[in-house]
Amino acid sequence: MSTTSTQFGIFTVGDVTPDPTTGRAPTEHERIKAMVALALKAEEIGLDVFASGEHHNPPFVPSSPTTMLGFIAARTSRIILSTSTTLITTNDPVKIAEDFAMLQHLADGRVDLMLGRGNTGPVYPWFGKDIRMGIPLAIENYALLHQLWREENVDWEGRFRTPLQSFTSTPRPLDDTPPFVWHGSIRSPEIAEQAAYYGDGFFANNIFWPKEHFQRLIGLYRDRYAHYGHGTPEQAYVGVGGQFFMRKNSQDAVREFRPYFDNAPVYGHGPSLEDFTDQTPLTVGSPQEVIDKTLTFRESFGHYQRQLFLVDHAGLPLKTALEQLDQLGEILPTLRAEMASGRPSTVPDAPTHAARVAAGSRDVEEVSA
Amino acid sequence: MNIVVVTAGLSVPSSTRLLADRLAAAVGDRVDGADLRVIELRDHAKDIANHLVTGFPPPSLREALDAVVSSDALIAVTPIFNASYSGLFKSFFDLIEPDALTGKPVIIGATGGTPRHSLALEHAVRPLFTYLHAVVVPTSVYAASEDWGNTDGLDTRVARAAGELAGLLTGRAPSPRPAEPELIPFEAQLAALRPQRSAN
Repeated sequence: MSTTSTQFGIFTVGDVTPDPTTGRAPTEHERIKAMVALALKAEEIGLDVFASGEHHNPPFVPSSPTTMLGFIAARTSRIILSTSTTLITTNDPVKIAEDFAMLQHLADGRVDLMLGRGNTGPVYPWFGKDIRMGIPLAIENYALLHQLWREENVDWEGRFRTPLQSFTSTPRPLDDTPPFVWHGSIRSPEIAEQAAYYGDGFFANNIFWPKEHFQRLIGLYRDRYAHYGHGTPEQAYVGVGGQFFMRKNSQDAVREFRPYFDNAPVYGHGPSLEDFTDQTPLTVGSPQEVIDKTLTFRESFGHYQRQLFLVDHAGLPLKTALEQLDQLGEILPTLRAEMASGRPSTVPDAPTHAARVAAGSRDVEEVSA
Repeated sequence: MNIVVVTAGLSVPSSTRLLADRLAAAVGDRVDGADLRVIELRDHAKDIANHLVTGFPPPSLREALDAVVSSDALIAVTPIFNASYSGLFKSFFDLIEPDALTGKPVIIGATGGTPRHSLALEHAVRPLFTYLHAVVVPTSVYAASEDWGNTDGLDTRVARAAGELAGLLTGRAPSPRPAEPELIPFEAQLAALRPQRSAN
């Protein structure tokens, strides 16, 4: 894997949503296969990352991301497989340590993950956890996960799970180098603080809200990253989301996407498409408009390392989502060139397994964390 | 002193707006340097619904919410619909963070077609602002249709409420902007989770 200043990719929620123009919803089987088809297409057009959400309730299908990512790993050779997000609150950190280390070996290192707390309160009791403990669970579970990937014969005691004595999670991370971790949040300064403390990445899923909120959150993460001695604020690892629907002709994009926008589960039946595109990262228009909007993110948040787009939601048919990726592939060289231009050499490239192995990240992190 | 008047009347002209203006004028007469601003929720009706759907306010609503939160005192007036505040009024205050009105002096007022709904102010509107930790003056002002047709009662209540608000504002420094929540350093968050061992 060569170094890339900013990785581009897609992230999928994995929702089963009826196509509002036909009323037809895909089956779970069709949706799962469609997610795989999108991942393969993402590699084909030259994207760097495919990330899957984790959900445990209808209308969502991806309850078992490492199973899906393992399957995709076997059918790809270059793309990084990630999550958006892995639930650090309700999954046992021992199982996360093992599942992602296994995936790392199978995918020859093409693996990282984004930790989050999910969007569904009731998920906590489904896994025997207390919803009131969301942030404390995220903190304690990750502290253990971090330790399990870096130490053997772990003695550990905490508040939320049974103690461990001389426990070694297997397999060990590939090349003794744990997967890079992004901490995802749309709201919580505690999570920005957590990412900064460990020198991990911070992913702000900005796609549904105006930028000002995320400027504060990312600014906090960058400042605290420097506070904890990992580098300057500009050297922190930042990822952001994006959302577009493009056609060669802007009016065609608006006309085709409007029924999907108007009925979208997250924002449908609310603001107009025009207002929402003014106020959030959503772009509905020509390829040039998508390029222009995407490049504003760098102005808002500083130079960053990962850009993930949402392209398969609101009931868009797979065929349309694949066409969107073809369009993205066409503008990708421009996006890469523009994103790299004017970037100071002191801003780190996006994290990859190879680069982390070369840097001896295991030792570095043990000292710093 | 920045005093913001929030009025949820729907018609033009509106008796709710009329009551809001009477309250505002009475407060203006009693508070030195009162800078009064009226926010008609009808003007923001779509934006309020959009905020509920998307989780963020469009720019003009953001500005209105900021004005309410940063005011030194509030006059909030709603029509009574089906025994309580109007949905538009409640939806607007649903967009206020629960601690954003802490300590803020407030006059509550309401209008309705019949005096039989007057206690809705006490069983619906006052608890809302109490929940938000605002300081609601003892006199709430209800105006039924018949109150606009006679001279006794309403003016007295308006004057009493305004006087109570002015009393709360006397000698009071203008409200500071709500503080950003304090960041808890990560070591402290981790330490709070360490098992407590009893010494033995």
